[in-house]
Amino acid sequence: MYRYDEFDRAFVHERVAEFRDQVGRRLSGELTEDQFKPLRLMNGVYLQLHAYMLRIAIPYGTLSSRQLRQLAAIARDHDRGYGHFTTRQNLQFNWIALKDVPDILEKLAAVEMHAIQTSGNCIRNVTADHFAGAAADEIADPRPYAEILRQWSSLHPEFTFLPRKFKIAVTGSPHDRAAIQTHDIGLQLTRDATGALGFVVYVGGGQGRTPMVARKIRDFLPERDLLAYCTAILRVYNLEGRRDNKYKARIKILVHESGEAAFREAVEAEFAALRDEALDLPTPERDRIATYFAPPPFAALPERSVVFERAIAADPDFARFASRNAHPHKVPGYAIVTVSLKPVGGPPGDATATQMEAVADIAAHYAFDEIRVSHEQNLVLPHVRRDDLPAVFAALRQAGLATPNAGLVTDIISCPGLDYCALATARSIPVAERISERFADLDRQHEIGDIKIKISGCINACGHHHVGHIGILGLERKGEEFYQITLGGSGDETCTIGEIVGPGFSSRRIVDAVETVIDTYLALRTSPRENFLAAYRRLGEAPFREALYAAAE
Amino acid sequence: MPLYRSGAFVTDDWTFLTDDTPLPATGAVGVSRTRFLAERDALLGRTDPVGVMLTAGDTLAGIVPDLPRLALIALRFPKYGDGRPYSLARLLRERHGYRGELRAIGDVLHDQIPLMRRCGFDAFEVSHPSTVAALRDQRVVAVRHHYQPASAEASEIRPESHPWRRVSAPHL
Amino acid sequence: MSKRSKTFAPVVATANDLATGTVVFRTPDGRWSADLATAEIATTPAEADALRLRADADVAADRVVDLALVPVVRDGAFVRPTALRELIRASGPTITLPTDAPRIGRAARPTP
Repeated sequence: MYRYDEFDRAFVHERVAEFRDQVGRRLSGELTEDQFKPLRLMNGVYLQLHAYMLRIAIPYGTLSSRQLRQLAAIARDHDRGYGHFTTRQNLQFNWIALKDVPDILEKLAAVEMHAIQTSGNCIRNVTADHFAGAAADEIADPRPYAEILRQWSSLHPEFTFLPRKFKIAVTGSPHDRAAIQTHDIGLQLTRDATGALGFVVYVGGGQGRTPMVARKIRDFLPERDLLAYCTAILRVYNLEGRRDNKYKARIKILVHESGEAAFREAVEAEFAALRDEALDLPTPERDRIATYFAPPPFAALPERSVVFERAIAADPDFARFASRNAHPHKVPGYAIVTVSLKPVGGPPGDATATQMEAVADIAAHYAFDEIRVSHEQNLVLPHVRRDDLPAVFAALRQAGLATPNAGLVTDIISCPGLDYCALATARSIPVAERISERFADLDRQHEIGDIKIKISGCINACGHHHVGHIGILGLERKGEEFYQITLGGSGDETCTIGEIVGPGFSSRRIVDAVETVIDTYLALRTSPRENFLAAYRRLGEAPFREALYAAAE
Repeated sequence: MPLYRSGAFVTDDWTFLTDDTPLPATGAVGVSRTRFLAERDALLGRTDPVGVMLTAGDTLAGIVPDLPRLALIALRFPKYGDGRPYSLARLLRERHGYRGELRAIGDVLHDQIPLMRRCGFDAFEVSHPSTVAALRDQRVVAVRHHYQPASAEASEIRPESHPWRRVSAPHL
Repeated sequence: MSKRSKTFAPVVATANDLATGTVVFRTPDGRWSADLATAEIATTPAEADALRLRADADVAADRVVDLALVPVVRDGAFVRPTALRELIRASGPTITLPTDAPRIGRAARPTP
């Protein structure tokens, strides 16, 4: 993974000093809250329902065990002993004192981390496929490009006061695990006819109150033009994006209102002019960054592992874990392991300090010291020997982290909702917890198979409900929470915005409604191989709507 | 209004005219883009320097050919969250080679000035008292290491073998 | 929040402590306390306006941020906010917070 050099260290320490000065000026009254708010947001400090919240950047979701241990230490020393992994591969602490933030940032800087641009109307933490560098279907590793974009966008002098926040995601695989088409810029690595690397460029995706799937504005962007092209997109957006209404200020609205062709033309014109000015990506610099992401020293192993196969035969619990939480690796004899942060009845994405340390230990011992955070709010050990899978399973189980539910009905994405968030209109975590309790039976979960439930506690859609196979949006009406269901959404390469099926449900009835949808699917699927999304696409919403509302009519 | 230019507070030697104020016979004057386009010949015909004021949302249309004849361009930040003048500044400096004074006016605060400088601003009208004090006492704590080239190339060091890295001077 | 209506609901002043972010309520003696039970309750529109003025002064003095007057109901000896959001603000998340409970215990280090 990327390691800081003297320059990077100086940069982060200067940023800590700058923020310490800003906090000091706020606490002394020199800055008003109105003046301070954009400054604290630019460094990931929100004021939530109960306290300040600090969002820490985990660039493209990659962590070392040393970094994860430091996060655990911060959780213990400055928070309440846990943290929340988010749908943007970041970590949030919920109970932070503003006066402590500069010291926390020092601790982060000591392990080459920061909270820069985790909020504010700027280029946010760049996300990438959480299986990067390991996935069997990968064309090229997206992390070097994500790192290049991270550096280029850090405290960018021109793009710090954009009309609205700006999110970039990169994937290197045809199967999109990074949801690039729901981002402001989505980049997919590809090769042209000559074998040269480049990107398919998508612009203008996003969720929130106006969900839109991104438009493809370039079939092939040579890799050396990456920064110049992104600069062109950002400059057109900075100058032309709407600033009169914060709900219409994202780039998706600009793309929509100017029209795809006119927008592309504006970007290409700016790009043509910029190309002469600088910012190409020289091969030596690309190579320098890519060196940090060289594959770890994999052993030459046979594809099949006898230890693994014996354990599968001997231990049904392990077999179930392996069937869901172990994924194909590009190197023979290795697997990718999903560490589920979705225990039945627990808040999705939360990990205690002790659990973070346990994962750090396991990664150090079994997984080349690497951990990933997925946008699905789980952790990932990207490189584990198949021979070691039984031992990893045992160690995870001891830490309460071996829930065998990756990609299943209880692997729910949920925003913090009204239990924490100042913007929320309804609670989302308790709904996730009750759904996972309803479907706790593992045989039933495995019978239902692949399905993604995503829950947001307000229209801002941090829980990605628009792209949930089953999406749940929590709203408020006359002081009561109620929940709207959308069906058929998907965040992968077949990106689709889910459709609202009908009137919302009370908090009491929402879990029954989800169960009705799933029972309808089970009754109508052609075979267990037809997963929920495929069945929904075949059947349409009618049978689901009927099942949900027939009783009421 | 206090004017900070080249590391010090200086007396403002410019007069900014509203569109209906008669043009004085002498002295450096700044006018709106609209007035500049309407009275271009009269303005450029004077001996003393001419400048143009633009605000966020304006374009550079019509003034680019005359940039070599303009001694000042003032870009207004209607509020400091409005980032459009940063792009306009870079276009002026990098695309159109504008070399005159580039002045930030409007809502100009402490924490934006380092970014403005990197985008090519070299003069700042500052009304916020603690920003004035911070600049006067050289107390602006800013990040000096940068990951991207910008418009302040002349005053920034480029570390060897890193195409985009820059280091700026310790004081603004 | 202090919207005039025929049925005026009693209100308290709530905010977050500037330095720590802690949810606090303004007390009759001008302190800000984390305990809702100690809050000053304004029972008439005039009292609410006066409370707002005193609380605004504390915001201006940079003691607290994010001030709001929120309706409360008395429930016997207890006082609680009317709205769910404010109830959660006053009493904390409605879920069990993750802890390193004994049932999990410290994970054994993998043996080399």
